[in-house]
Amino acid sequence: MIESPKPTSRRGLLAALVGGAVGAPLLSSQVRAQARKPVRLLNVSYDPTRELYKDIDAAYADYWRNRTGQVVTVEQSHGGSGAQARAVIDGLPADVVTLALAYDIDSISDRAHLLPSNWQSRLPQNSTPYLSTIVFLVRKGNPWKIRAWSDLVRPGIATVVPNPKTSGGARWAYLAAWASAVKAPGGNEAAARAYVRDFYRHVPVLDSGARGSTVTFAQRGIGDVLVCWENEAHLALAEFGADKFEIVTPPISILAEPPVALVDKVVDRKGTRVVAQGYLNFLYSPLAQDLIGKHFYRPRDPAAAAKYAAQFPKIPLVTIDETFGGWRKAQAAHFADGGVFDQIYKPA
Amino acid sequence: MSAASEPIAPAGPPLPTRPGLRAPIAASAAPSRRRGWREPSLLPGFAPAMAFTLLYLSLLVLLPLAALAARPWEHGWQGLWTTLASPRVLAALRLSFGLSFVAAGLNVVMGLVVAWALARYDFPGKRLADAAVDLPFALPTAVAGIALAAIYAPNGWVGALLAPAGIKVAYTPLGVLIALIAVGLPFIVRGVQPVLKDFDAEVEEAALTLGAGPLRRTWQLVLPALTPSLITGFSLAFARAVGEYGSVIFIAGNMPMRSEIAPLLIVIELEQFNYAGAASIGLVMLLLSFAVLITINLVQLAAARRGRR
Repeated sequence: MIESPKPTSRRGLLAALVGGAVGAPLLSSQVRAQARKPVRLLNVSYDPTRELYKDIDAAYADYWRNRTGQVVTVEQSHGGSGAQARAVIDGLPADVVTLALAYDIDSISDRAHLLPSNWQSRLPQNSTPYLSTIVFLVRKGNPWKIRAWSDLVRPGIATVVPNPKTSGGARWAYLAAWASAVKAPGGNEAAARAYVRDFYRHVPVLDSGARGSTVTFAQRGIGDVLVCWENEAHLALAEFGADKFEIVTPPISILAEPPVALVDKVVDRKGTRVVAQGYLNFLYSPLAQDLIGKHFYRPRDPAAAAKYAAQFPKIPLVTIDETFGGWRKAQAAHFADGGVFDQIYKPA
Repeated sequence: MSAASEPIAPAGPPLPTRPGLRAPIAASAAPSRRRGWREPSLLPGFAPAMAFTLLYLSLLVLLPLAALAARPWEHGWQGLWTTLASPRVLAALRLSFGLSFVAAGLNVVMGLVVAWALARYDFPGKRLADAAVDLPFALPTAVAGIALAAIYAPNGWVGALLAPAGIKVAYTPLGVLIALIAVGLPFIVRGVQPVLKDFDAEVEEAALTLGAGPLRRTWQLVLPALTPSLITGFSLAFARAVGEYGSVIFIAGNMPMRSEIAPLLIVIELEQFNYAGAASIGLVMLLLSFAVLITINLVQLAAARRGRR
């Protein structure tokens, strides 16, 4: 690099890159080689993150230009988490993936070997810079007095939730429903099985993605309750009017951890490793964490978490690892062909 | 029979005319003529045309289908059988093929009426109505699906009228049927319309002078002439409906065993990385569609023979 930035700013850059990160050995020669020319990143993400990443991408472009003088444009792709993972496996050149659940990134690692299988330990906090959970959205005034998971299987209640086979959020919703039955007094696996069967008996429409279900519930007027991502519920309030809907936080739910990862083979081929790694590290920065809270995801950063604490009711949140033994096990037992979810729809 | 012979078809006993859209049948040439590599003709260009046809069909149709057929065997016969014998797959196949058949059948009747109105009468806005028939072709199917869902949902314009009567359209198999009818309509109308237009009014007038009532004229003169184009339109509408995805999933509700179409099941299998399972369902749909199309073509052939006699 000929017009090299002032040494202080390079040190700042390195501090920013290494500071948040665990791995990614950075050589200044790499920075030099990749710095000046404009670069495009592709972030392949899941359905409800459109609005969040629109803001984060703009903030990162500013941040990166100020630090390095390099212009970076982050492009977004959104869709059902499973479909997005398949697209990356089939060759969509994603520099980074930010999906709804770890299993989908595991699949990219297992099937296409685009990133190492220990990807989740390469960034802080299980590679999840933000958290979320599953809540209920009901019509204004909560006419059916829906407060808890058990209310969803009362006679006459219709629940809208996407298909767990195709939607990451729907899988978290399914697992939250299951966990609520397991953790209920006297709960066990048989009770949970019976509960989720009942739960899906009350579902009149299974959309393939989270956004589709929101539209079905909010715009088409189907159902009494939408079981959805916390951020999606807030977004629906903002989008369709707080005078039409209200959010009900159930007494127990699941800690949803949507992870992010660098796709090594792609960034090495495109020569975008440094910028892409910087992007993921940026997600942990105070600035991005504030945007995360603003878009109703639960921030990891204590300061941002405190700032937005009012919008995130404190409820017990079970984790996938403790309650289900991790994603691979949960996937095999519940969502694979012939798993518990399929058995729900078997004719008796 | 070459396409060029159509416009000069004599108006005598109703010869089976072929519409522009035609199902892939080739065997209807005059039965006495021998079939071989080369159609005896004065027109040059057989070799390049044939070579191009083979290449084109191979690249666009045969190779992809061969790849599809090679895929399901990853888990052997057993895997194929487990996939296909599952009640959910059977229900989806039944729904897709059953509703496609019903939709194509309804379209034959309704499309004939529409084509009749467009071909036989003049009215203000006729060109607009004529253009509207093609819209389902031009629209991205997802747009059509979303529009249909918005109209037929319980809070939509039509859905709200039907809801008090307890009739649910969107998110039920009935919604699927409506979407399939919408995508199939142009095939019938566009197939029948030119034939109707070309149908010689003198024949009908002659029948009128001979004392044939309107019913008899329609039944014995017009309908036989239309039959081949109706059959072709039926098979095209049917084939299109079986594979339709975009417009259906928005209005179907997608409930397993009830309103889940087979193409959606393929997508679901793919999203679980079960490529063999997805290909199994695809292959069965292909074979079933093929069988149905062949049957329809045989029917058409029989009808053509009877018409000729």
